[in-house]
Amino acid sequence: MAEESVLSDELVHQLIAVGEVDILVGVPTYNNGKTAGQVVRAVQVGFLKYFPRERAVLINPDGGSTDGTPDAVRNATIRDYRTLMTSQPLRTLHRISIPYHGIPGRENALRTIFAAADLLRAKACAVVSADLQSVTPEWIEGLIRPIYKEQFDLVTPLYHRHKFDGLLINNVVSPMVRSVYGSHVKEPLGGEFGLSGRLARSFLEANLKGGQNVRSGVDLRLTTSAIRDGYRLCQAFLGPRIHAPAYSEPDLTALLQQVVGTLFECLEADQSYWLSRTGSNAVPVFGFEYEMSLEPVRVNRERMLQVFRTGVREFASILEPILSPDTLAEVQRLGSLDDVDIRFPDELWVKTVYEFASSYHHSAIHRDHLLKALIPLYLGRTSSFVAENLEIDSREFEQRLDALCLEYERLKPYLMERWTLTR
Amino acid sequence: MTETLLNGVTQALNAALEMALHTVPKILGMVIIVAVGWVIAMIVKIILRHALNLVKFNVLCDNVGASQMLTKADLPPPTELLARLVFWVTWATFLMLGISTLGLVVLQEQISRFFLYVPQIFVALLILLIGILLANFVSRAVLLGMVNANVPSARLLSNAVRMFIVILTVAMALEHIALAKSVVLIAFSIAFGAVMLGLAIAFGLGGRDVARRFLERQFTEDTKGEKDEISHL
Repeated sequence: MAEESVLSDELVHQLIAVGEVDILVGVPTYNNGKTAGQVVRAVQVGFLKYFPRERAVLINPDGGSTDGTPDAVRNATIRDYRTLMTSQPLRTLHRISIPYHGIPGRENALRTIFAAADLLRAKACAVVSADLQSVTPEWIEGLIRPIYKEQFDLVTPLYHRHKFDGLLINNVVSPMVRSVYGSHVKEPLGGEFGLSGRLARSFLEANLKGGQNVRSGVDLRLTTSAIRDGYRLCQAFLGPRIHAPAYSEPDLTALLQQVVGTLFECLEADQSYWLSRTGSNAVPVFGFEYEMSLEPVRVNRERMLQVFRTGVREFASILEPILSPDTLAEVQRLGSLDDVDIRFPDELWVKTVYEFASSYHHSAIHRDHLLKALIPLYLGRTSSFVAENLEIDSREFEQRLDALCLEYERLKPYLMERWTLTR
Repeated sequence: MTETLLNGVTQALNAALEMALHTVPKILGMVIIVAVGWVIAMIVKIILRHALNLVKFNVLCDNVGASQMLTKADLPPPTELLARLVFWVTWATFLMLGISTLGLVVLQEQISRFFLYVPQIFVALLILLIGILLANFVSRAVLLGMVNANVPSARLLSNAVRMFIVILTVAMALEHIALAKSVVLIAFSIAFGAVMLGLAIAFGLGGRDVARRFLERQFTEDTKGEKDEISHL
């Protein structure tokens, strides 16, 4: 049994006391004392409101918090059931908070959740981040119902985002997953997702093996391996995703290494799947999508372009073995233009990403260095992307994103050609 | 008288013949050893080249930036360079062996010293190779990190790191083969001390304002620059 090595005796004891369940929701935590209680309440209300007759459990694997997160999870209670239009819950609201085995990190937290789901024979599971302020009971419905009622295997989230929120997702990850894996998943590494019991078991057995980067970008690996193995995918609209004020995103270098590194490693692991594949399929969307205005964000384009220019100038010898001569010459030409004239066209950007991916595969230079060399180019593209889309509305913005995805798809043969090129 | 003369000439001719008969096989032996050595060195070179290709030595050198450096210096690729080096060392060894068969007392001592020296040269070359690879790798990492962090003079810092590691490596290699040991040590100490002192003076006096701005940036809140609010994930 896979779960034997993952679950501690104490956790197994507590899980056995709960018995078999229909629904399991995991809330991994690590020093999320300020928001964890609210998230737990939202999950419990979600159980009561949308799945009152199902046997449900909330699992909180904690990575060794020192700010009282486990207490916040244990003490979170629903004060007044009347506000939920129900008198009392029909079933016990089970909740387990326990530290997990191994090094603190998302990979081990998810393994604990999947192992618990396997042991309790859960039909549907969901994972929700504990550092969010915007989790509502409807998120639980959105992530669980397509699995529980419609027999989907993986539900990825759809968030309501500002145009310039998730730039790496929009410019690299989502279009590349669409073109390479042939699936229109908009948020392939959203922190929240739902999955069937059989998919959880499959992930547990596969042990999500991969390189160093895969361990940190495990959510992306989950999505790509579900697509590769032919599981049924759908998306659920969850609304805005708002982090706690204390949240700060990892710095760009670490982020690019984790996310883009994971993506490139996924490509390498799944090459037998995607090299023989063409075209792409839409993924069904559940939930009510609505328009809402979000607060504008500040963007310092000047700083981005400064890094872009310096990078293009100083990294010439590093970029030489990575990029084709044409792409390098074009990027260098952009680097010599005035700020207002710099426009990083879709075609050039897609070729740049594909050439980086194939050079990563061929180990043209040390892989960490290769990912770091992408940063100035990414900032150049981001700056151009922001400038081009500053004035347009969300509908037009979606059309532009779609056009970028189509460009990725159009140039997929170029990636395949460079990928299979013998060095 | 004539008989004595003839005897003398005959003896001299006999001695010369005897010497020639004694030396020619030695020379032939030397030629054979050198020729066989050349063949063996060629075989070693070919085997080594194949082995290095099999373990993708060129890719490894590409990874750390050594190949690019060799190309710039108009040198062959790393695999070829290493194979050629091993060929010459192997053949030189056979050449010395061949010469030693001549039995020349003067050369014997030099040859035995050469054989004692070969392993040291190999280790010194290895130190030099590792040092250059490390210097390339670290200086590239510094350049990438500095440019991405938008630190000014990234290239200068990267070159300084490379130079420091190369100088240190060369000093270590020279010390290993005991070549002008004290001169190397003193030269290195003086050069290193001078560079450090120069940097300290340059940074402390010439770059006083830069130093102040740098420290201010490190330890105070940046209120002037507009911070990004965009999220990449």
